[in-house]
Amino acid sequence: MKSFFRYLVICTLCMAACIGADAQKRAAATVTANPSLAPYFSDPSGASLSPDDNGFIRRWLLLEPILKPNRTNTVFTDSYIRETFGQEMFPGQFTVLPKDGEAVKMGKEKLLWHALDSKLFNVKLYRYATGLGKERYGIIFWAVTVLDVPETIENVRLMAGSNSASMWWLDGEEVLILSGDRRMVMDDGASERLTLTKGRHLLRCAVINGPGMSDFCVRFVHEDGTPVTSFTTSNK
Amino acid sequence: MKKTAVAILFALLTIVSAKAQIGQPWIHDPSTIMECDGKYYTFGTGGGGLISEDGWTWNGGAVRPGGGAAPDAIKIGDRYLVAYSSTGGGLGGGHAGTVLTMWNKTLDPESPDFKFSEPIEVARSEFDEDCDAIDAGLLLDPNTGRLWLTYGTYFGFIRMVELDPKTGARVEGNEPVNVAIDCEATDLIYHDRWYYLLGTHGTCCDGVNSTYNIVCGRSRNVTGPFLDNVGRDMLEGGGKMVLAAEERMMGAGHFGLIDEGNGVQKMSCHFEADLDRGGRSVLAIRPLMWKNGWPVAGELFKEGTYEIISERRGYALELAVDFVRMPMTPGWFMRNSEEPVKPIESQKLQDVIETWPEGDIPVRAGDYMARPHQKWTITAVPDGGGYLGGPYFKIGIEGTDRVLSAAKGATLTTCAEFTGESCQLWRIDQLTDGTFRIMPKEIPGCDKPFALVCIADSTPVLAEFNPESDNCKWSFKLK
Repeated sequence: MKSFFRYLVICTLCMAACIGADAQKRAAATVTANPSLAPYFSDPSGASLSPDDNGFIRRWLLLEPILKPNRTNTVFTDSYIRETFGQEMFPGQFTVLPKDGEAVKMGKEKLLWHALDSKLFNVKLYRYATGLGKERYGIIFWAVTVLDVPETIENVRLMAGSNSASMWWLDGEEVLILSGDRRMVMDDGASERLTLTKGRHLLRCAVINGPGMSDFCVRFVHEDGTPVTSFTTSNK
Repeated sequence: MKKTAVAILFALLTIVSAKAQIGQPWIHDPSTIMECDGKYYTFGTGGGGLISEDGWTWNGGAVRPGGGAAPDAIKIGDRYLVAYSSTGGGLGGGHAGTVLTMWNKTLDPESPDFKFSEPIEVARSEFDEDCDAIDAGLLLDPNTGRLWLTYGTYFGFIRMVELDPKTGARVEGNEPVNVAIDCEATDLIYHDRWYYLLGTHGTCCDGVNSTYNIVCGRSRNVTGPFLDNVGRDMLEGGGKMVLAAEERMMGAGHFGLIDEGNGVQKMSCHFEADLDRGGRSVLAIRPLMWKNGWPVAGELFKEGTYEIISERRGYALELAVDFVRMPMTPGWFMRNSEEPVKPIESQKLQDVIETWPEGDIPVRAGDYMARPHQKWTITAVPDGGGYLGGPYFKIGIEGTDRVLSAAKGATLTTCAEFTGESCQLWRIDQLTDGTFRIMPKEIPGCDKPFALVCIADSTPVLAEFNPESDNCKWSFKLK
């Protein structure tokens, strides 16, 4: 009995390790397994990634799109998106740092988080959805990244653009809302002045789109408008 | 009572007529307006288009085969090249499309020469690539004579290819260049050593809620990069506003340039919803101005009572009548007067009109004193016809029937009554610098297109217009 218990524990641990490894493997192969993502994304390489020269953040954990049918984007008023994003869609949606390959249960469906690096300054959510063979219209995307800040940076602003509406949270605090039927424009909206204290921060956004293209871009800028590049991003 | 109602209705109709092209200007995605044998033409999505004899009244009747979406047109030599798309994508649809071009010697469907050449494909997009091959825009580069086509929508990139201006075909081996994202209905124009890429931003096809608006970026090179006024590349979504919604017009889109010369440029577009016309999509023509190197849409001239100011010295147009002094207030210069401060009424028409002659009264320019002989009420004349983008106006002294008129010998006068004659009808065009040109519809005994010109500080006449001279320019200050 004792040996059987030990065997059971070992088997369980092995299975868990296999599942974990499988998840890692599956996640690591996201782009490889879905070659149509390749023009827009790559599988992350290296533990961290700096923002690009213009400060745009390219390393993200992206949740597969959540269905939210809308025939038009003009319904995305401030109230609508606050209410929609404010509802709990999955546990810890404002706090969790998901793992690559981790599943989120949405009703009967399981949606996976994928760690990806964007090849473009703008994260092409439409291409992400289509590349995974998921619904491309009438959806909500969640994205998370980790900011590792080596030294405190004061008086910076988060600058974002999205197609269509979006909300942005830094360490769980709302910092920006972009409502309405928007086209993605660099520096479309700016947050209040922020301080990025030394250490780790979680930047999170949700983007909602009815029909049409969907993407976002985000960066931090200093008071003088120059991009903040003195931190790194990661997905762990 | 009935008379009053009719008068109010007439007044409302007059106001409506001054705010939009009249006739039946229903169109979506209008092409750049072309002039052909004295008439104006524009084509729209779905085939067909509009014709106008004067540029103000528009009705259906233009003929464009091929159907499809969002054409553009350009005159090259003595032929017209029309580009259009055989298919269109859509918010939730596919994105396969082809841009085709075809020629015609004339745009007049009644002409025996009216015959479009066989369309040829010059650009295409596949089902799900990052481009929609629709919304053509054409530019014949005035520097090089090369012909460029832009196309695309919010779905991916706006692309540019080169066409052969002799054949309208794609230049062999030419590859598309990406020049913008997140806009559609692009058009290229050239101005003062800059190439400007105009695009339509926002939501199409949502009627009164359409957020369509026209933006632009510019580049020294025809193929970009096109940057906006804060240095943002249109490939990053940049763009400076040229025209957004107006009070009763929503969803401005599909820019087209009309250069009339002499410092007058206009732009055509559609508004997706004209609230005064049941929310229909209509053709619109607006003055185009340039401010600090950027194009800005002006507005249709608004009816009202104005001071009309000569740009020469700043003097105001006025009746040449005796100056009537206002009563002096005793002690007006006493700073410590204990008298209570009371406002003084402005001089009124009835205070002075008896001193004016009854017949024709000449005009002059003088320093503005807010007197009745200096206040001009300008109203559109419903049956007076129009010109490209505007109706003819009558210009009269406020509160009277007296109107400004062109007279024999290319002189100016005012007549005691408005008769509707062409010499009493005035065309008011906003110039690219924001000032105005004022021209009579007709000058008795003169066939020259003279304008109102101040040849001396105090002396307005009808003379040749020179866009470089402040003598010829006027501004309006609403009273």
